Amino acid sequence: MPFSRGSSALPPRRGHGARCAGLSPLLLLLFVLAAAARGSAATDECLACHGEKSLATRRNGHSVSLFVDQKKFAASVHGSLQCTSCHADLEGKDLPHSVPLAKVNCGACHGDESQQHLKSVHGKALARGDALAPRCVNCHGNHDIVPVKDPRSAVAAIRIPYVCGQCHREGTPVQMNRAIAQHDILENYTESIHGEGLLKKGLVVAANCASCHTAHSILPHTDPASSIARRNIAATCTKCHANIELVHRKTIRGELWEKQANTLPACVDCHQPHKVRNVFYSQGMADADCMRCHADARLKAADGRSMLVHLNDVATSRHMKVACSQCHSEVNASRVRSCETITHKVDCTACHEEIGQQYARSTHGQMHAKGDPNAPYCKDCHGTHHVLGKRNPDSLTFATNVPDLCARCHREGQKAAVLYTGVEHWIIPRYTESIHGKGLLKSGLTVTATCTSCHTAHRELPASDPESTVNPKNVPSTCGTCHHGIEEQFMQSVHSSSVTHTSQPLPACNDCHSAHSIRRTDLDGFKLDIMKTCGRCHAEIAATYFDTYHGKVSRLGYTKTAKCYDCHGAHDILKVSDPRSHLSRANVVGTCRKCHSDATRRFAGYLTHATHHDPRKYPFLFWTFWGMTALLVGTFTVSGVHTLLWLPRALQMRRELRAEEAEAAAEDASSQPRPPEDDHDAVR
Amino acid sequence: MMPYAEPQLEPVSPPQAMPAAARDTREFVRFTRLHRTLHACMIVSFLTLALSGLSLKFSYTRWAVTLSRLLGGFETAGFVHRLAALVMFSTFTAHIVSLIRQKRRTRTSWRSLLFGPDSMIPNRRDLREFIATMKWFVGFGPRPEYGRWTYWEKFDYFAVFWGIVVIGSTGLTLWFPVFFTRFLPGPFINVATIIHSDEALLATGFIFTVHFFNTHLRPEKFPMDTTIFTGHMPLAELKRDKPREYAALLAGGELEAHLEEPQPAIVVKAIRVFAWIALTIGFSVVIWIVYAMVFAYR
Repeated sequence: MPFSRGSSALPPRRGHGARCAGLSPLLLLLFVLAAAARGSAATDECLACHGEKSLATRRNGHSVSLFVDQKKFAASVHGSLQCTSCHADLEGKDLPHSVPLAKVNCGACHGDESQQHLKSVHGKALARGDALAPRCVNCHGNHDIVPVKDPRSAVAAIRIPYVCGQCHREGTPVQMNRAIAQHDILENYTESIHGEGLLKKGLVVAANCASCHTAHSILPHTDPASSIARRNIAATCTKCHANIELVHRKTIRGELWEKQANTLPACVDCHQPHKVRNVFYSQGMADADCMRCHADARLKAADGRSMLVHLNDVATSRHMKVACSQCHSEVNASRVRSCETITHKVDCTACHEEIGQQYARSTHGQMHAKGDPNAPYCKDCHGTHHVLGKRNPDSLTFATNVPDLCARCHREGQKAAVLYTGVEHWIIPRYTESIHGKGLLKSGLTVTATCTSCHTAHRELPASDPESTVNPKNVPSTCGTCHHGIEEQFMQSVHSSSVTHTSQPLPACNDCHSAHSIRRTDLDGFKLDIMKTCGRCHAEIAATYFDTYHGKVSRLGYTKTAKCYDCHGAHDILKVSDPRSHLSRANVVGTCRKCHSDATRRFAGYLTHATHHDPRKYPFLFWTFWGMTALLVGTFTVSGVHTLLWLPRALQMRRELRAEEAEAAAEDASSQPRPPEDDHDAVR
Repeated sequence: MMPYAEPQLEPVSPPQAMPAAARDTREFVRFTRLHRTLHACMIVSFLTLALSGLSLKFSYTRWAVTLSRLLGGFETAGFVHRLAALVMFSTFTAHIVSLIRQKRRTRTSWRSLLFGPDSMIPNRRDLREFIATMKWFVGFGPRPEYGRWTYWEKFDYFAVFWGIVVIGSTGLTLWFPVFFTRFLPGPFINVATIIHSDEALLATGFIFTVHFFNTHLRPEKFPMDTTIFTGHMPLAELKRDKPREYAALLAGGELEAHLEEPQPAIVVKAIRVFAWIALTIGFSVVIWIVYAMVFAYR
């Protein structure tokens, strides 16, 4: 590909110069062909002198060769042109010509490139008269220009770093005297994944300087039109890294890169320019700059908050490899206080995008969106600079610390508990005493369910929300994340909505086990309450159970007797008509045998929910009961009447007896010396 | 339980060698030591069965839960209940055995044993006495001249036979349900439960009200008739309550043979304490039953 010369802005040293920039490509072609047809003679004339290797001149005290290698020129892209096609000011001049010649204007043919160069930092510097500013010839060479695809080209991909590096490497006048923000550009590039690919592995498709900075429209990153402006970086990188969003999905939602690049970290925030590796860099590009101010304990915000930052907090945190500016984005490195352009608080969702969406959907997030000061934000649970992963025991979000963390707001009397209008109260003490709480806090089992295990960490929703993990519909699968085997049984049971289709509410795990005060099922408390629990829905069947031996015994607080689940199963309850049921004809004897080891089929005929109040269902019980009742009533009536009739006579006898005794006593007293007549009288 | 009484054939008191001047304090012996022992066993086992059994029947009251705990928890209560049942079966068996042995010893026929004048078997005279008693109650006649056993005593006696058979058999069914369902249908266990429990209610209700009144708490004997415990009955009481028996003994000249010095004071006192405890338990159970049936019935 031919190059352009962008020197038309300079005043030509000679008064004239041809312009062909306005010609159409077709005319240009015709012109070139015409020149070639008659040009060889003129070129030969020039080479008569310039073909001599010794031809030289002195410029600024230096000897400059004026030799033109005919072979090389003939092999170059311009080989078919005449010397005067470029050195237009020699057209029609007698030879030998006078010196100096005007600067060749490549833009006469290469108009677009020339214009781009004109607007670029290089072009502008040239316009300012910056002696260090590069012109076409500095990169492309002069008489030996070959197509850029040709490996011999000065601007072949593999040579670009050297071409640019002529000026942009440490120690050059450009690097030392001009405002170049980056350091060790060439060295860093050489070590980068791009440089390694290009220079060591010879991958000519690997990004070189021009891939990012463009060949001719080189602009500072502060220029919005620049290919490396923050807004454009994603587009620039994705020229090669197509679909790179896909591998960054966990941190960044792809489409945002193009649409709202300013709110997201740019590629270079993580993959620093020129140092690009496929790993994050521990050296934050601006941490040291931030700490110039934020290491000062006296630094205060407008509202009086201390702005002191302990860099060690970050260095020992989960974000140890994250630089300040990756979270505190919107910094502008071109400012002395690069943070003064920050207008928003830290938005964790820039990286934790998925979690951010969950939070936004949660009650916490919805409250926060409404500006509720009670709403917890990321930092309220995770902290700020010293954010630790949930697997770190020192972390607020470590399993054993979660109940305390949630309790900050959800303990009775605290702000969340005050706002709450549902039925779950004393959540924290109840949880602490529950099997989960004891497992977590007393036994230290970090796999035990904590608040977040059921309510999720970021997507807490009220049970009434159909999307909530604690919505009755979703409770089985929520509990099933740990109690998977139980969930499998439950989903097959009559209590599962996939089995029983009814408008009545079906029980979920928490209806029997409660939500926060879940007890051990092998201890008396649960065992004795289960009948009441089942009875909440199965009122009649529970009442008749309590009419039988099993029920009466359990009511006395005795647990070694058949309770609902001993016969019906706990989670695998099926209709009795189902052959798989514990109470099906095939299984019922086995079920009885769990306690009555030698039970027979006839024994299994015992009516476990019998009532003597139902003459249709249990006529023999009904009539037995009423027969016995009649016997009782009859007996008590007869004997009661007998006794009541007797009572007045008995009282009368008592009175007579007392009178006789009194009389006898008086008689005794008066006739003391007289002996009794016989035994019988004496007793009297 | 009112055990069948043996005719008193052997002299149980010293021969008539009374100093003429001394007042005769001897009392009529109505019950033998075996009778008294069996009745005491009956009291203990019956109360135990009632307390442990009713705690299950009325398990829906706080009372029952407390009582069950006092008895050592349900398991212990169940054990105690079965143990008491064995005591009662043994008592019953001992009584039957004593009847058979008495028959052999006295070489009487079954007929005279069952239908003699002192038999517990109700007879025509009992019917007449019942009718006469009804008349006396309503003021149309004198108090009948009762013999050794009144008709209500015979009723109480056979009530125990009935109760032992009904409650005992159903109780065994409930104790060994697997065995009994080898030849009985399963739901019979439910039936047995109702019969056992309601018959027990009848028994406890009857004993703790009617029986207590009839034999212990009648106003003329208030507060307590200790005859069944001491075995002794004042002669005057015999004369007044059982005139026909008294007359027969007097006519047969056997009265002296049935007289004995009273029990020592300490024994009588111990008996009164025991009896009062039994009575208190009995009345408490009655109050509990009434409460459970009337105010807390389910």
